Order: sequence, then structure tokens, then C-alpha cells
Amino acid sequence: MLFYFFGALAVVASLLVIAQRNPVYSVLLLILSFGALSGLYVLLDAPFVAAIQIIVYAGAIMVLFLFVVMLLNAPHEETDYDERTHPMLRPGPMRFGAVLALALIAELAWALARSGTPNTFSSTPVTSVAAIGRSLFTDYAFQFEVTSVLILVAMVGAVVMARREDRPGAKR
Amino acid sequence: MPSLNDYLILSAVLFTIGTAGVFVRRNLITILLSIEIMLNAVNLSFVAFGRAFGTIEGQIIVFFVMTVAAAEAAVGLAIVIALFRHRESLNPDAFTALKW
Repeated sequence: MLFYFFGALAVVASLLVIAQRNPVYSVLLLILSFGALSGLYVLLDAPFVAAIQIIVYAGAIMVLFLFVVMLLNAPHEETDYDERTHPMLRPGPMRFGAVLALALIAELAWALARSGTPNTFSSTPVTSVAAIGRSLFTDYAFQFEVTSVLILVAMVGAVVMARREDRPGAKR
Repeated sequence: MPSLNDYLILSAVLFTIGTAGVFVRRNLITILLSIEIMLNAVNLSFVAFGRAFGTIEGQIIVFFVMTVAAAEAAVGLAIVIALFRHRESLNPDAFTALKW
């Protein structure tokens, strides 16, 4: 069953992302996880989303992450505890985070068990890229333009924040 | 044929992994990666719901979520670079100037 294969791949890769101590491996495993999610989108009759998942996420955003990881050259995170201990025996935030994650999955399982949504898929999937484009430029044209402003603001913000301020006369 | 609930459960599991990553890791870059895992879990929910109801809106909103994720990654990584220049560290516990 392809769903279980891609689902298991995504879950295992995501778990390894947060289990790795070296951010380079984390980024590469996250690309694997995104590839599995892209397969799930194909199973859901959404080829457009599957394609931009690979192109935009795995191709652009993750390469940006990889670039920053290699630029900063800080491969291993420093810890003030013994790394060989069991995660539940480590100091405060780790234990607290594990407990919070368990509480969250219990709540999500409870919410899913009570949800009254139809459990079957519609028999007429919308797979056409043309339909997505038409909807994007008619019904959602305003949101689409706002998105372009958002990207412009993010670009300016990133350039301003990452700028080196050691030129003479620059404010420190 | 897996049901809608199977996709929602997978999405919930992925979201929980992302949440746990934000709490457990002590590295700003891994925390940003965990946020990306959470955004993707929500995207999976959107596409599954869109498929279940036979509408196009699920895929449209995924498009917008991806744009926001790209903007968030660019600004977040710029902040990480600026922080690393100040403290030579990626440990979030090293940045306590705004701590009350």
C-alpha cells in the first residue's frame, strides 16, 4: 500500500530530523520527508501541490537552510548535560517537551475520534492545474497580490537583518 | 484506499513530531526545521480535506501556506545569522537579553 509506505517514510524521516545532532543531516532527512509528502499529494490527486512541494520546498527553501548551515559552520549543538542519558532523565525543557508532545497527540486523537466529518473521499477529484490557476487569479486575486507584498517585505527584512554593520559611520 | 481519517492521523503525528522538535532541540536551525515539519503537516490536512470535499480550495491555501513558509524561512534564517554574529552560538539559551 503506497499510502503506508509514504506515510511511514515521512514519519521516520521527520523523527530522525529531530533526533540528529548535526543540522546538515537534519536538512537532508527533511528533504526525504518532503519527498514522501509529495508522494502522498500525488495519491490525493493533487499533482500541482506535489510538484511545487518538490520544486519550492525541497529545491529552494531547504537549499537556503543548507546554505545557512554551511555558512555558519556550527555543526554540533552544545549541550550542558551528558548526551548518553535517556531523554526523560535530561533537564527541564526536554522532559517538559516530551510530556507536552504526548499531551498534544492525545488531544489530537480525541478530536479526530469525535469529529463528524465524512470519512470518505469525494468521487470527483479536482486535479486540473488550469482550475487552480483560474481560481487563483479570479476568486483569490486579492490574496495573491497581498502574497507578493508579503514576499517583498520578507526580502527587504532579510537583507536588512543579515547585513553586516561594521562599515565606518554605520550605527553599531 | 486509505480513508480521510488516515491522512488526518498522519498529519497529527507529523505535527506532534514538529512540536516535540521545537521543545527538545537546542539549536535554532533545527527549531526552524521543526516549524517547517509542522507547516507541512497542516498542508497535508488541507489537501486531504480538499480531496474529501471535492473542492479546489485545499490546494489554493497550500499555495499560500508555502509562500508564507518561504518568507518565514528567509526572515528566520536572517535573524539566525545576525544572532550568530553577536554571540557565536546557535543555542537559544544563549540569548537572554529580553528575558524578564
